[in-house]
Amino acid sequence: AVPRRLCILKGIYPHEPKHKKKVNKGSTAARTFYLLKDIKFLLHEPIVNKFREYKVFVRKLRKAYGKSEWSTVDRLKDNKPTYKLDHIVKERYPTFVDALRDLDDALSMCFLFSTFPRTGKCHVQTIQLCRRLAVEFLNYVIASRSLRKVFLSIKGIYYQAEVLGQPVTWITPYTFAHDHPTDVDYRVMATFTEFYTTLLGFVNFRLYHSLNLLYPPKIDGQADVELKPTEGKEYAMDSESYLEKLSALSASLARVVAPAHEDEVEMDEFPVEGETAEQMDARKKEQEALEKHKKLFEGLRFFLNREVPREPLAFVIRCFGGQVSWDKSLCIGATYDVSDPSITHQIVDRPRVEQQVVGRYYLQPQWVFDSVNAKLCLPVADYFPGVLLPPHLSPFVTEQEGDYVPPEKLKLLAMQRGENPDEESEEEEEEEEEQEEEEDDNDKEEEEEDESEKEEEMKLKKMEEQKAQSNKALPVKVTAGKLRLEDRQRLEQEQQSEEKRLAIMMMKKREKYLYKKIMFGKKRKVREANKLAAKRKAHDSAVREEKKKSKKARRA
Amino acid sequence: PPWHPGVHLHETVSPALTPRPSAPLQDIRNTVGNIPMEWYQDFPHIGYDLEGKRIYKPIRNKDELDMFLEKMENPDYWRTVQDKMTGADIKLTDEQVDLVHRLQKGQFGDVHFNPYEPAVDFFTHEVMIHPVTNRPADKRSFIPSLIEKEKVSKLVHAIKMGWIKPRKPKDSAPTYYDLWAHEDPNSILGRHKMHVPAPKMKLPGHEESYNPPPEYLLSEEEKLAWEQQEPDERKLNFVPQQYRCLRAVPAYSRFIHERFERCLDLYLCPRQRKMRVNVDPEELIPKLPKPRDLQPFPTTQALVYRGHTSLVRCLSVSPSGQWLASGSDDCTVRFWEVCTARCMKTLPVGGVVKSVAWNPNPAVCLVAIGVEQSVLLVNPCLGDKLLYGATDQVLESYVAPEEERVQPVQWVTATMEEHSKGVRLVVQHSKAVKQVTWHGKGDYFASVVSDNSNMQVLIHQTSKRWSQNPFRKSKGLVQCVLFHPVRPYFFVATQRYVRIYNLLKQELTKKLMTNCKWVSSMAIHPGGDNVICGSYDSKLAWFDLDLSTRPYQMLRHHKRALRSVAFHKHYPLFASGSDDGTVIVCHGMVYNDLLQNPLLVPVKVLKGHALTLDLGVLDVLFHPTQPWVFSSGADGTVRLYT
Repeated sequence: AVPRRLCILKGIYPHEPKHKKKVNKGSTAARTFYLLKDIKFLLHEPIVNKFREYKVFVRKLRKAYGKSEWSTVDRLKDNKPTYKLDHIVKERYPTFVDALRDLDDALSMCFLFSTFPRTGKCHVQTIQLCRRLAVEFLNYVIASRSLRKVFLSIKGIYYQAEVLGQPVTWITPYTFAHDHPTDVDYRVMATFTEFYTTLLGFVNFRLYHSLNLLYPPKIDGQADVELKPTEGKEYAMDSESYLEKLSALSASLARVVAPAHEDEVEMDEFPVEGETAEQMDARKKEQEALEKHKKLFEGLRFFLNREVPREPLAFVIRCFGGQVSWDKSLCIGATYDVSDPSITHQIVDRPRVEQQVVGRYYLQPQWVFDSVNAKLCLPVADYFPGVLLPPHLSPFVTEQEGDYVPPEKLKLLAMQRGENPDEESEEEEEEEEEQEEEEDDNDKEEEEEDESEKEEEMKLKKMEEQKAQSNKALPVKVTAGKLRLEDRQRLEQEQQSEEKRLAIMMMKKREKYLYKKIMFGKKRKVREANKLAAKRKAHDSAVREEKKKSKKARRA
Repeated sequence: PPWHPGVHLHETVSPALTPRPSAPLQDIRNTVGNIPMEWYQDFPHIGYDLEGKRIYKPIRNKDELDMFLEKMENPDYWRTVQDKMTGADIKLTDEQVDLVHRLQKGQFGDVHFNPYEPAVDFFTHEVMIHPVTNRPADKRSFIPSLIEKEKVSKLVHAIKMGWIKPRKPKDSAPTYYDLWAHEDPNSILGRHKMHVPAPKMKLPGHEESYNPPPEYLLSEEEKLAWEQQEPDERKLNFVPQQYRCLRAVPAYSRFIHERFERCLDLYLCPRQRKMRVNVDPEELIPKLPKPRDLQPFPTTQALVYRGHTSLVRCLSVSPSGQWLASGSDDCTVRFWEVCTARCMKTLPVGGVVKSVAWNPNPAVCLVAIGVEQSVLLVNPCLGDKLLYGATDQVLESYVAPEEERVQPVQWVTATMEEHSKGVRLVVQHSKAVKQVTWHGKGDYFASVVSDNSNMQVLIHQTSKRWSQNPFRKSKGLVQCVLFHPVRPYFFVATQRYVRIYNLLKQELTKKLMTNCKWVSSMAIHPGGDNVICGSYDSKLAWFDLDLSTRPYQMLRHHKRALRSVAFHKHYPLFASGSDDGTVIVCHGMVYNDLLQNPLLVPVKVLKGHALTLDLGVLDVLFHPTQPWVFSSGADGTVRLYT
């Protein structure tokens, strides 16, 4: 009977009791338990009174409607009680860093709500507010260039930004109409959104001010826009054009203070105690790599074709310093035309491009995302329109020792280290193919050889067994002993493993259980990795087979 | 006929439609009143006249054809109407028809009524010089209204009190400011220390990509398995899929669901801080001295003694270590030379051999064999001729006492035939003998009989051919008994306890709790202060008698029931044989220092016996002088490990 809304807003969550039976009157049925302390804490909340007022308001309004007292209805509606969540935000997140740490869900929710249709489901104001806050946040990320990773998943697009040292991850759905499920309680989501919008508003304010930007963001060079207001008018109404322009993500924002020329002050180095020169060096290198990553697309001019998702691409490209434009009819804020000769990359997502312009690359959108994740501009050849794309890997996975690493990732890591394995590997592949063809003929022979070897081994084994038995049998037959070459290392290993086995026997029961559990987990991991590797191998061999066949067909 | 009590008889109204009595002679009126006429539907009459006679309806027997003919022939058919009240046909007059027409058009019934009379204004728009009424104005029209004043003052009060806000500026857009401008560490609530932040959502792996590496795609079987799993049990909550290009990626149908579930998790899931066990499994393994440093101990199988055709139940080594006796289910006892694995002698005993024990006295060459209901004392005639000759002499020098004493068993001298085989004495029990064991001096031996009474354990003296029953009461099923190697103690192992009796004082000194379900075997450290117990629930309990009556350590090395345990006489070794076919040799160092606990380290797992009939090793035994161990198994072999 705990008011749901209050719990959501105040962030009160149930607890698992230490003795379930004791608290639950002897039964072990699943029940949620709140701490008494928490509930008492809720009672002191001033917003409880506001909720009561609201309840009274609803009752009065219903009564007035019933009596058809329209003037009363108007008056009541004018004085609808409202409440603010500012103090709750402050209370739940006493420091700004706390708020940043908990921003993931807020952002994901706001991005989801901003894509809702403006009918039914929830209030239009909420949707508009969500859209506004989301766009503001995107603009901040662009201005601060804090985007780090992007991932196109089948669920949506994941972004990870590093805001003031805190990683903030959010997911946006692909821009399609939602198939609204019926088994979802939108009121719960709306309550969460209510809190999240408040939180995100304050966070945005603070973030903008940390960059010396005006908070309700203003587009830089407002004068230019004002000169030609006609452009906006055909696209949207005056009231909306502002947000639309902002959400086009093409213009930079106005600053409170004009940006100083030397923005990058050389950071003084304070050697931390206990830090070796090597560590310092590594840190410096990391810093440099980060700077380089931030300027990944600096100087490149992109043009987005109309079939590619504009907002994510524009956002990502702008985050890394690239310039971006699109068809004028697609969205407001296009800065240059398709025919602009200075365009270096055109993002295209169609199988074939008629009328290619010389001097620019035509690329599929995955190139942008993969480049961002790889922290370098990848070779363009794999991403031409109509080409079978290389797999898109998750940037969130960091493989540990013993994990399965897909070969593409290995290639990428090599590329990041500055090697260029591409050509070599291709050559190798061809060589391999040739070799394989030769091998095909040899295979049979080899197999035969293998078999004969096996047979010999079997014979030897049998002999040994016989010997072992005959040793004990009475009619002693002395045969010339064979010098068994003893592998020192193997012996040593065997001995060690035996020692370990014996030591395991001496473990205490509880420790043995724990040990077995850990070992089981490890083994499972290895098994899974092996499975993936085997799958990959099978797939590769199948592909190669196909290739060979097609090659032969071509030859014939 | 129906009767209507409350209905007045009266004429129906409707002046226009009331039929003028066309025939004055027959005055048929409605006598039933204003009632639903269908009540009389099925009767030939309607109502009653003054005399109480029925007023009959006019007879109607026209069928469709008659009706049609009448319609064709009668010129007044169209103006004929049936009066429902009386049932008579009425022909409408011209006036009546006219009236009907007018009403149908929506005109007034009265012909002479003019609906369009010229309008005469009561008040003209022209201002007159005289008032309409001559009434003088009220006083209240000159003074301000009190009611209005009251209403206004109420409004003013409400505004003053803030109940009504006149023309409040509407500002629905939330205002934001720097909420964290003054971060005051003191204002942080204490409960924040206890706050458990919600764990973040799991970040996606390669398999969630729209274009994952091919190995992450599910194969057909995996997909099927995924579909058959419960949604909660699935490892991935989606099926990895591959799309050719970004354009082909559809919307994810469960996006809202997932957000919603996250919301539910955030406010409905109990949160708890869990200490993650971050242990290096290698650190869990106890640091033990290396077996290599604890040598010598048996490591390899050196000899196999073949010859028995059935399970070899028991083993015994001569005190010199030269001979080995083994008793088997094939009803023989075989004597082997240890070093050559040669069977020196086979003694058929005519029964399953349960126990064999070599006399520990090196000056005597005598083996006690438990067969069925008797214990045979056998001189195997092996080794030094002087020695076994002396043994025979000692046995023959027995002089029977004058008075016959009552004994629980019978001592019988062997017959000539038996004597030639080596049997010297037969001690006949009343029940089957389970175990025989010698006292360290070699004169006394104890036998265990499978029985429930107090006669389970008997102690015999060879030189006097005399037996006694030490216990008055049975304390449970005795599994095995042992003499203390140096002191006059006697160990009796029942199913769950080991009792230690002082033979001199004739009292119970200690009772060891084994914590096992069923003790199978027992061995005493040559020092005499430590005991090990093997049990059928695959545990081995080490007791330090100085420490406590509970096991100092329980070793669960074997996977199946332990059959036998043994200590080495000189080396700090003990071994256990089990049904899983292995013999585990452990280093068991006992220190003279009372403060230092015994050190137990398993040093070797010896395998060799094949499992037969679900039995593995049945007996283990150490060589008296060398670090060698013998084991006898259900596969009919005896093996020596050196």
